Amino acid sequence: MINGVNRYIPDNLKAFESREAFKREKRRLIEKKERQLKPVFLSDINSVFDYFKIESGQCLSFHHHLRNGDKVIQMVSEEIEKRNLLDIHLAPSSIFPSYTKLIDLIKNGNITNIHTNYINGEVAKVVSEGYLKGNHKLNTHGGRARAIESGDLKIDVAFLACPVVDKNGNGTGAFGKTACGTLGYAISDLEYANKVVLITDTLIDKLEDFQFDGGYVDAVVVVDSIGDSKGIVSGTTQLTKDPIGLKIAKDCSNVLNHLGLIKENFSMQTGAGKTSLAVVKYVRDIMKTNNIKGSFASGGITKSYVDMLNEGLFKELYDVQCFDLEAIESFNNNKNHIAMSASKYGNPFENKPVCNDLSFVILGATEIDLDFNVNVTTDSMGNLIGGSGGHADIAFGADVTVIISPLIKSRIPIIKDKVITVTTPGSDIDILVTERGIAVNPQRQDLLEKLKYSGFPVYTINELYEVSHKITGVPNKMELSDKIIGYVEYRDGSIIDCIYQTKEHKY
Amino acid sequence: MFRSLLFIPGNNPSMIQNADIFMADGIIFDLEDSVDISEKDNARNLIYNYLTDGTTHPSLVVLRINPVDSDFFEKDLKLINCNKIDYILLPKTEIKSLMKLEDRLQKIEEACGLKALKIIALVESAKSIIEIDEIAKHNRVEAILLGAEDLCNDLEISRSNQGQEILFARSKVIYACASNNIISIDTPNTNINDEKLLEEDCLIAKNLGMKAKTSIHPSQLDIINNIFSPSIEEIDWAKKVIELKNINKGKGAFSLNGKMIDKPLILKAEKIIEKAKKYKLI
Repeated sequence: MINGVNRYIPDNLKAFESREAFKREKRRLIEKKERQLKPVFLSDINSVFDYFKIESGQCLSFHHHLRNGDKVIQMVSEEIEKRNLLDIHLAPSSIFPSYTKLIDLIKNGNITNIHTNYINGEVAKVVSEGYLKGNHKLNTHGGRARAIESGDLKIDVAFLACPVVDKNGNGTGAFGKTACGTLGYAISDLEYANKVVLITDTLIDKLEDFQFDGGYVDAVVVVDSIGDSKGIVSGTTQLTKDPIGLKIAKDCSNVLNHLGLIKENFSMQTGAGKTSLAVVKYVRDIMKTNNIKGSFASGGITKSYVDMLNEGLFKELYDVQCFDLEAIESFNNNKNHIAMSASKYGNPFENKPVCNDLSFVILGATEIDLDFNVNVTTDSMGNLIGGSGGHADIAFGADVTVIISPLIKSRIPIIKDKVITVTTPGSDIDILVTERGIAVNPQRQDLLEKLKYSGFPVYTINELYEVSHKITGVPNKMELSDKIIGYVEYRDGSIIDCIYQTKEHKY
Repeated sequence: MFRSLLFIPGNNPSMIQNADIFMADGIIFDLEDSVDISEKDNARNLIYNYLTDGTTHPSLVVLRINPVDSDFFEKDLKLINCNKIDYILLPKTEIKSLMKLEDRLQKIEEACGLKALKIIALVESAKSIIEIDEIAKHNRVEAILLGAEDLCNDLEISRSNQGQEILFARSKVIYACASNNIISIDTPNTNINDEKLLEEDCLIAKNLGMKAKTSIHPSQLDIINNIFSPSIEEIDWAKKVIELKNINKGKGAFSLNGKMIDKPLILKAEKIIEKAKKYKLI
């Protein structure tokens, strides 16, 4: 069948209809797991497999707060390999380049299904090449929380890395030798997985404040180290020095200002890339010049936002993951730096998710098409290089969603007839800001009207598309194999696009 | 007429491809100091191909060639065949080097049937400052750019943020240009991370009489353009002067807010309006 963004979807799957189709559905909730009085303390990962009788075919979940420094997923992978368990369903909130142990497990059929929000590096390459024997589903952060609470994603055992755990099984990431700050992506796993194991390298008697409620924890394992701090703090802290990036950032902030979006009590979210940080800097300058105080900033939090909180430019930060040391420290010390779960962040069925209160969001794209559909899942050659993360969640929720990108990246135009993979539907995208001009989604006539005599270089997206082709020539069409290797799941659980296996490219 | 010129290294394809999107009034494609000897050929090819094949170009193109006594001078001059260059920026300009360039340009233009190219003289030695009046009189020279870094090396002195050490040179450039009705261009500020310093530097140069400034990074252009443009107050004043001039036709002088306005101030007002129109401020 053809879905709501004109993509082919196999008939046996629930096809994406529209951004608001979920409003016709009721929230589905499975029972939260039974609360425990005390967790059992096990000596190592091997014992966990024995204790919970982990076997082939089960679903194991993880969070990615330790990012490239994570050792827990590697430890569990080694145990799967040692026991030669087969047909494992892996459900980490993200897969980072350092999770190299997964490669052999995928190739050897130990792992056959993957459900995640983001996948990058060598593991992504192996999946792109078609080695995964079962299903690969990429959903959003809010969509993952929805899938878990509804039972669409049934987790047998959640292995949750936790920087500090107390003797009652309560846990926090706010401090400790492998501190990572908030643990927002793991809350659904904690509450709904059949069994929950915390893996820590710091055990203390009692935590006063905690993010993981020990009542949901079945077991705790204390290991030497759960992560490498260098890899944990992987967020970008430097503004871009690239003149193109700076121009885009400045133009973007000026457009936001012209549209009246930077006003008293506004809220915002950006990515953690260097250009996004430049946008934050320019927005901050505008706020200071005009003496504007915002309500909150949310998402992955960086030093830039911490500084703005400390300067009184925002009242609160809602943090689902800390990107740098300053964010971790702020989370530990500032009561207005508030942790939020992935569900509170972006679950479409959540009562008032934070994403719905955002005034504007600034997002990236690997491709955008003439219908404003955005791809952040595959690169221009069709290789998996990411996934939605919170992209589709906040693009839906924000009043205005802005995509910032160079019009031409490494001589490849960013605007396509059709993106290779739709991650976020064009109906959720309002403005594209490039170094050569701005395009506004025609469905936002209100924004077009405000920009009419503004002096900004406003074009149609087709005009920008033509401009890019004048510079680069018309690129050859990408050819992918017919074999579907995975699906992009919209936040409501419907399939917005299929991911196809890459093949020898023809030029 | 221009306020800002941005240097782009000739061997930086990404910057060259985007040369037209920065807010500079003109772009200086550099073949000299920012390009390593091993990259000179590449840079020449890149700029030539961009100017001949590219579809989007800056509105004003300046080419900084290598010095006349270098091995690269003759090869650099071949780029003028593309017929897309508005100015040659001659480094280390002295009367002798200017004459040599003049001679070569005449021959090439004659042989290839090209229009006469204009020159921006880069004065960056003590001798060039001494010879500046003669340089400014040359019929091809339409602007003079002060190169303070090399000048200070020549004088064996250090640069300071306040720039007292280049006050004499700045003044020489300004007076030579003003008296010959050509554009004075201030030396670039090499500290790209200090916006406040750039702003102060621009204000000093503008208040002395400089008409434009060079930049070495696009992030400097906002401040340069802002300071070297007529202010809103200046534009308002100029509009009123022109309005009163039209009302008082036939009168040599009239008053505005109790102050006498005569020919020099009318000319000043007309210049402000011309600049404001050129820079799309009105």
